Amino acid sequence: MQSLPTQTHTDTDYAIEIKDMDFYYGSFRAVKNVTLAIERQKITAIIGPSGCGKSTVLRSINRMNDLIPGTRVEGQILFHKQNIYDPRVDPVQIRRAIGMVFQRPNPFPKSIYENVAWGARINGYRGNMDELVESTLRKAALWDEVKDDLRKSALALSGGQQQRLCIARALAVEPEVILMDEPCSALDPIATLKIEDLMRELSVNYTIIIVTHNMQQAARASDLTAFFTMDEDRAGIMVEYGRTDQIFTNPRDKRTEDYITGRFG
Amino acid sequence: MPRETLDRQIHHLQDEVLLLGSMVEQAMLESVNALKAQDVETARRIFHADHLINEKRYAIENAILILIATQQPMARDLRMLAAILEVITELERMGDYAKGIAKVTMRLESSIDFANMRDFSTMAELAVDMLHRALSAFFAENAQQAYDIPKEDDAVDELYNKIYRALVAYMIANPESIDQANFLMWVAHNIERMADRVTNICERTVFIATGELLEMDADDEEETE
Repeated sequence: MQSLPTQTHTDTDYAIEIKDMDFYYGSFRAVKNVTLAIERQKITAIIGPSGCGKSTVLRSINRMNDLIPGTRVEGQILFHKQNIYDPRVDPVQIRRAIGMVFQRPNPFPKSIYENVAWGARINGYRGNMDELVESTLRKAALWDEVKDDLRKSALALSGGQQQRLCIARALAVEPEVILMDEPCSALDPIATLKIEDLMRELSVNYTIIIVTHNMQQAARASDLTAFFTMDEDRAGIMVEYGRTDQIFTNPRDKRTEDYITGRFG
Repeated sequence: MPRETLDRQIHHLQDEVLLLGSMVEQAMLESVNALKAQDVETARRIFHADHLINEKRYAIENAILILIATQQPMARDLRMLAAILEVITELERMGDYAKGIAKVTMRLESSIDFANMRDFSTMAELAVDMLHRALSAFFAENAQQAYDIPKEDDAVDELYNKIYRALVAYMIANPESIDQANFLMWVAHNIERMADRVTNICERTVFIATGELLEMDADDEEETE
């Protein structure tokens, strides 16, 4: 089990700190003993084979797994020095601060404008909505393509545009952290590169964590990479975590090397 | 559609290669000047500064490996990065030639009154000028210039032959100075090899522009070191 030496720093250096986390589906321990500190305003990629627990860990970061009966988290996930699994914490507040973008673009069957305004409204936004929709669509690198069609149905957009609209919708809630679960797996290569460039721009202001089975994407788009795999109990474990350039040129662990060179299994 | 991260990093690498090139140009010109002036202090400084050139080369190589591993460059981008790997190897070797000339200056035991010292400077200036324009053509991906520059090597070769003949005559006239003259032979050889290596850079320019690897001077003598 590898960890960055910097993980001994104070909580405030990190957007999220996962400490000794286990995740259970009923009696099955699906994720074992994960400790992972997520750096602020960086893009952290989680890669690994199917079943390694990477999406489970990602969904635990904004308590999305609460919605699945029979699951539980042990250990801690710290956000602003507070364990988000503390019973006093409101999961709805957590999901506002830690937004999520899913594998398939899932815009609401409403206009482009309404998709963005929705996020601002649930956040109690009282200012000029037109301005907010424009600035948010600009942040999501979508404005120039849709500015003349804001009343058009979001479902009329291409897949890549829909995904950027979903990112805009997440941004309108003003999160600190954006979780992305395979955000490009339904997109073509050009739309994928657009999302990656957008992620790079967003990382100036936001902390991004992306789960991807596309390790070339992790290599291209992330600053830090965590490699997960399964142990002999079929539980997900973190093998190695480090700077992306180091992981993809000189990984420390042979299991990481085997995976990124395509010799896994 | 630009690939912002990849494009930015390639531009940064190109700047670093130009910097490496200027370090080599400066080392070559200064080493020949130090030889002419028999300035051992300057020669010693050039000799010891060669490691900076080597370190810069390895830093660029490492950055390219990271770029290939993380950005999956293709086609022209990939050819550019592969070509830079080759170019920085050539530049580092040219730096070694300058270091070798500095070493000669450090080892010449007494002043030498060889009449053709000016020819070393002319030769070095020609070779450095070829290198400078070859690097410009490389980054401009200008295949036409890359085809033309190696033809200038003939002028360097002519000067080499002139110095060679003069040094042989000098040895016959001054048998007690054969060691010294032999050192000077190496200086001429180093400059001549530097100009040959400029041709290799031009070959890579054509490779980037066209995708074809061709040898520009097949009759060039083999590396003898």
